[in-house]
Amino acid sequence: MTTSSEPYVLNIGPQHPSTHGVFRLRVAMDGETIVDMDMIVGYLHRSMEKLAEERTYTQNIPFTDRADYLAAMSGNLGLCLAVERLAGVEVPERADYLRVIFAELQRIASHAMANGTLVSDAGAWQTPLLYMFREREKILDLFEMTCGARLTTNYMRIGGVAFEPPPEFWPALRELVDELPDRIDEYAELLTDNEIFLARTRGVGVISAEDAINGSLTGPALRGSGVPWDLRKAEPYAVYDRLDFEIPVGRRGDVYDRFMVRLEETKQSTRLIRQAMAEIPEGPHKTQIPLALRPEPGEVYGRVESPRGELGYYLVSDGSPAPYRFHIRAPSLINLSLLRALAIGSPLPDAVVTLGSIDIVVGEIDR
Amino acid sequence: MTTAPASPPRRPEAPPALATPMARQIREAPTLRGMLTRAPAPVKVAGALAGLLFFAANAAIGYLVIDGRLDGHWYDFRDLGVAVGELRVWLDDRGLGPWLSYWVTALIGAVGILSFVGGVLLIGTWIERRLLAKFQIRRGPNRVGPFGLLQPLADAIKLVQKEVLIPRGADRILFYLPPVLVFIPAMLAWGPVPWAPTMSYLDINVGLVYVIAISSLSVLAIFIAGWSSNNHYALLGAMRTVAMMISYEIPVSISLLSVALFTGSLKLSAIVGWQSDHTMWLGLIMPFALFTFFFSSTAEINRTPNDIAEAESEIVAGFHTEYSGMKAGLFLAVELGNALLIGALAATFFLGGYTFFGLEQWIPPYLILAVKISAVYFLFVWLRGTLPRFRLDQLMGYAWKFLIPLSIAFMGVSAVEASILARVDLPGLLLIVLVVNAALTVVFVRLWARVVGYEAPRDEVTMPALTTSVGGLRAAQRLRGGAS
Repeated sequence: MTTSSEPYVLNIGPQHPSTHGVFRLRVAMDGETIVDMDMIVGYLHRSMEKLAEERTYTQNIPFTDRADYLAAMSGNLGLCLAVERLAGVEVPERADYLRVIFAELQRIASHAMANGTLVSDAGAWQTPLLYMFREREKILDLFEMTCGARLTTNYMRIGGVAFEPPPEFWPALRELVDELPDRIDEYAELLTDNEIFLARTRGVGVISAEDAINGSLTGPALRGSGVPWDLRKAEPYAVYDRLDFEIPVGRRGDVYDRFMVRLEETKQSTRLIRQAMAEIPEGPHKTQIPLALRPEPGEVYGRVESPRGELGYYLVSDGSPAPYRFHIRAPSLINLSLLRALAIGSPLPDAVVTLGSIDIVVGEIDR
Repeated sequence: MTTAPASPPRRPEAPPALATPMARQIREAPTLRGMLTRAPAPVKVAGALAGLLFFAANAAIGYLVIDGRLDGHWYDFRDLGVAVGELRVWLDDRGLGPWLSYWVTALIGAVGILSFVGGVLLIGTWIERRLLAKFQIRRGPNRVGPFGLLQPLADAIKLVQKEVLIPRGADRILFYLPPVLVFIPAMLAWGPVPWAPTMSYLDINVGLVYVIAISSLSVLAIFIAGWSSNNHYALLGAMRTVAMMISYEIPVSISLLSVALFTGSLKLSAIVGWQSDHTMWLGLIMPFALFTFFFSSTAEINRTPNDIAEAESEIVAGFHTEYSGMKAGLFLAVELGNALLIGALAATFFLGGYTFFGLEQWIPPYLILAVKISAVYFLFVWLRGTLPRFRLDQLMGYAWKFLIPLSIAFMGVSAVEASILARVDLPGLLLIVLVVNAALTVVFVRLWARVVGYEAPRDEVTMPALTTSVGGLRAAQRLRGGAS
C-alpha cells in the first residue's frame, strides 16, 4: 500500500520560543522535513532610517541602541565612527581605548546571549543560557555603572564617549576580566564534549566558505565557515591595530563551529580588554563638537565588527545638521538571508538550531 | 597584569548591596538551611527528639515483631496494609459482610494512594522548580508560603481561574476528553506498586504486564489531544509522541521481561521479595536492563533529553499547545506524576523496592520506597537541568538500532543465567553472575557499537583555528589546507 502525502504549512512565529523576537517563518513541511520556507520580516519595523533624517547626528545615536538591542555599544560605535569620518572629528586616545573596552564587553555579553539561546534551541532546559547570563549580568552592571543604562546604553558620542567611567568601574572590571576565562572554560566543559550537543550541531547547517562569501555573510557566521575576515583586523578602527588578538576560524562551517567561534571570541575579547586596561592613557574622554554638527556635503560608509558581523552605516550629508540619508547595513538581515537555502531539506529541529546559530536580532533586521 | 595607570586606586570595600525593599525581601527570604541553623534552641531540640522518637518507636516495633512477641498488628505502622487488613476483618466480624467490608477497605486504600500521589505532585512541582533553580544559579519559587512551598497550590488556583479556550475548528468533544483520559492511566498505574509487604493496593499476579499495559494507554489520549486541537504544532507533537512511544515500549518491555525471567514472577511484590531474599538488587545484576528502562522511560514520559514531543524550541508545547487553564495544568501534573511513577517502578523492579538490606525492619518500608522514588526523580531533574535534546530521527535510530537489539541479547543472557541459577545451588553464584553481566555489558555495547558503525563524536570536537591575518576565500583555503 502506498500512502500519499502533501506538504502542510506551519507558521513558526511571529510569536514562537525560538524565533528570538517577532520574526516569522512560514514553512511548508512534509512530515518533519522542510520543503519550502518563507521568511517574513517587518514585525518590528520602527522606521528608524526615515526618522533619523529628521534628527541631528547625535540625536540619532539612541536609534543605534534600539537597532541591535543586544549589542548597543557596537551600534553606537559604528555610527560615531561614520560621523567622525564624515565630519573629520578627531577622537582623544583615551576615548578610543574606552570604546574598545566597552565594545568588547558588549561582544562578550552578546555572544553569551547568542550561545545561550543556541543551546536552548538545541533543547537544553535553559541551564547554559542562565550560566551565560551570569557574566552578561555583570557586564550589564558595568554598563549601568558607567552610563546608567543596561541595554540601550547610548554611551558613545561623536568625538569620544559620553562619560568617564566612575572610580568603582575599574576594580569591578578587573574582577570580571580575571574570572571570565574560568567561566568560559566552565561553559566549554559543559557543552563542547557533550555528545547530544555534538549530535545536534555537528554537520548541521553547513555553510561552505564559498557560499558564505557569496551570501555576504559576516561575523561569526562567516568565520565559522573558515574565512578569516574580521574588520578589527582588516580595517582597524579605534585602537585595534595596537592590540594583540587573534581571529578564531571554524573548520567545517556547521552550527558547532559557529558556536565554538563565538566561545573563542569571548576569550579573545577578554584578552583585548586586559590589554586596553593596561595601556589606557590619561586624558580627556571626548572632544567638544558643535551641538548641531554640520558635516560638509558628502557621503560616508563607516563600519565596525559588531558581534553579529559587519555593521555599516551609510550616511549622506547635505550640509544640514541632519543626515540626508541614513542607512544601516544590518548584519543580522544579511546573515539571515542564507537560512532558506540551509533549511530546505532539513528536519525542523535542525532548522531551528541553524537559525539559533546565525544569531539574529530582530530589532536590527527590521530597524 | 598591572593596574591601568589612569585607573584610580582600588575601592576599599565591596559595593553596598541593593537596598530596595524587593532586593532586601529576596535577600532575607527564609531558606531551609537558614531555618534549620537559625531556629531557636528549644525548637531544634524538640525537632531532634521527635525524629529520634519516631525512629525509636519504629525500632522498638521492629524488634518486637522480629522477636515474635507482636506479630503484625494494626499498631505496626511500618506496614499500613496490616492495619487495613485488620480493619477488614473487624468490619467483617461486625456483620458487614465480605463485600461491603472489602469495599470500605478498598476505598480507604485508594484514597490513601491517590492522596499520597496528589500530595507528592504538589510537592514535586516545588521540588523540581527549586532543584532546577539550584542547577541554574537561580533562587526558584520562594514567595508563597514557607520557602515557596505553597507555590504549586497558588499556581493550581491560578490555573483553575483561567478560561479554558477552545480553538476554532477544534473537535470539541475530543478536545475535552484528553486531559481526563491522560489522568486515568497515570493514577491506575500506581495500583500494583508495593509500598510494604502487604501495603499494595492491587497486588495482582500479572502486575508487570498490567503496568506495561496501563502505561501505554496514555498515548491514545495524547494523540487525541494533538489531533483534535486543529493545530500543526499539536499534531506534530502527537505524531512524535506516538512514534516515540511505540518505539520505546519495546525496549522497556524487553528489559522488564529479563526481570520476570530472573525472578520467575510477574507479581511486583514477588519481584521485590526475590531481591530482598537474595539481598541483591536486580539493577546491579542487569545494569543494561536498568539503563534501558530508565532511558526509554525518559522518552515515554517526555523528559529531557528525550522531550521531543513537547520540544519547546521547535513545536512550542507539542500536543498540549492549545490547552489552557487547568487542562494544561492536568497535562503538566500527569507529566510529573509519570516521572514519579517511573521512579517507583524503577525502584521496585531494579532497586530493591521497599527493602534496603534489612533496614525495612526498622523504619517504615514506604519511607524507603519514597526515598528511592525521590532519588530517581532527582536524576530526572538533573538530566533536565543539564542535557540538550535529541532529534527525533536520532532518538528513533537509538531505540531501533541500539536499545532493542542489545535488549534482546541481554534477555537471552538473562534467560541462560536464570536457568543456571534455578539448577545450580552454589553460594556466591549470584555475585559471579553480577560480574559476568557487568563484563558482558561492556563487551556487548562496544561490539554492537562497532557493528552499527558508531564512532564516538569526541573526535568531532575541533577547536577553531586561530589566525592573525585576514583574507577572503584564498586565505580560507590556505587555512583549511594548513589545518588538515
